[in-house]
Amino acid sequence: MDLDSIESLLDETAKSGLPLGQTVLRVEQRETGEAQASILNKTERTWQVMKNAASAGIATDMRSVSGLTGGDAARYYNHLRNHKNLLGNLEAKAVSYALATSGYNAAMGVIAAAPTAGSAGILPGVLIAAQEEFGFSDRDAVEALLTAGGVGGVIANRATISGAEGGCQAECGAASAMAAAALVDIMGGTPRQCVNAAALALKNTLGLACDPVAGLVEVPCVKRNGICAVLAITAADMALAGIESFIPLDEVIDAMLQIGNSMPACIRETGDGGLAATPTGLAAKRRLS
Amino acid sequence: MGISLFDVLGPITVGPSSSHTAGAVRIGLICRKLLGGEIKTAKITFYGSFAETYRGHGTDKAVIGGLLGFETDNEKIRESLALAEFRGLHYEIHTAEDPRLHPNTVLIEAATKSDRLRLMGASVGGGAIRVTEINGMEVEAAFEEDTVILFHKDAPGVLANIAHELTASGYNIGNLRLSRTRREGDVITVVETDVPVDDETIRRLRQIESVSGATMIERF
Repeated sequence: MDLDSIESLLDETAKSGLPLGQTVLRVEQRETGEAQASILNKTERTWQVMKNAASAGIATDMRSVSGLTGGDAARYYNHLRNHKNLLGNLEAKAVSYALATSGYNAAMGVIAAAPTAGSAGILPGVLIAAQEEFGFSDRDAVEALLTAGGVGGVIANRATISGAEGGCQAECGAASAMAAAALVDIMGGTPRQCVNAAALALKNTLGLACDPVAGLVEVPCVKRNGICAVLAITAADMALAGIESFIPLDEVIDAMLQIGNSMPACIRETGDGGLAATPTGLAAKRRLS
Repeated sequence: MGISLFDVLGPITVGPSSSHTAGAVRIGLICRKLLGGEIKTAKITFYGSFAETYRGHGTDKAVIGGLLGFETDNEKIRESLALAEFRGLHYEIHTAEDPRLHPNTVLIEAATKSDRLRLMGASVGGGAIRVTEINGMEVEAAFEEDTVILFHKDAPGVLANIAHELTASGYNIGNLRLSRTRREGDVITVVETDVPVDDETIRRLRQIESVSGATMIERF
């Protein structure tokens, strides 16, 4: 078995009785021949890079390389610290860390793509917030990352995780699905609930255009990472309540690919359409060139 | 092999874009490895989307970071323009148009004290790259496998000797492509192996008659 179908991953989980993350670990070992300990070490390093990027992104008020974005993570985190947040603490922290990671990325900080650099804030945003709110260990987080990696791997194999091919649904949509599955996993949900959460998250980002201003990974990407973190938590919470996706995840992924294939090139990362082609977007592009 | 876990949980890299930053670092790094010494001058020409967005994506910092020997996860890439000056690397950045090229293409013309190299590469997404031209010869190298790049003259038996050295040291050749300027002219041979080739074997490859250079570049 390869990571090309969620249903086959679930079958294997049912047969072995192992959690989803452990099953992904076994599949990765089988496919690459790499020892489980080494895969776990690499996943642990990814987790540490994620935590470092989130905290560095809040602590330092860095502007992006272009100067288009910067400071929003600190702005929102202060809002949270002053107890002005409308969202619950879990969601507000997730927004803070997602904005921070994404802002750090725009400032050329070191990040772990998840699944891409442009969508790198969503998964760590959700998972770091959950760790802080509920006191999970790093080991728990690493296992949740493996679950997220299984979902992301299937999306990449069956469809695409490239904005140039599938629009932003392939990047922030995939990241939201990964984050939703990871959150259900760490909260103790069943493998089936993880998959339902991923399906709910991905369904609600279908059709999302990749239309970055001046072709840079900044507008609307940074703030979209913050908002998608909340979308992922909503999907996870619904799945934990027992809500199922009517369309199974494999079919949602196939639909995402089909939608991506029918998107015009101007909204697939070329910076020629959508928000990039608005008067404000074009003025920013002229200012930067 | 399908997509691995670490294609979606990684790469670990400086931002902001795996194609416009991480891939550009890797092209610079390959240039440095092929030259095998401190680079003194570099003329960098960006094409397509690289030309339009290099300032905002830090693609210039990325290429120069690679030329200075920084891996994609090195925080110093952000400061590479200042560090270049400190390390005595004089660089120029140019932009040009050529619609035949991949939209994320860079041409690097670099020199150490003793050697010069002209290398063209494209960043094809997610940090993956293709080197498409070396010293005016069309090549095709993706560095998804461990790769040895050899510079030699077009002469009977050179290729057999290269294959013999690798086989005698126990290496399996997964792929081999050669490009030449003309009969009896310069040749670049790109050899992919299943595992990295050790330094001693690389040294023996360099001693083969008509071979002027051999460099091992490990897969990304």
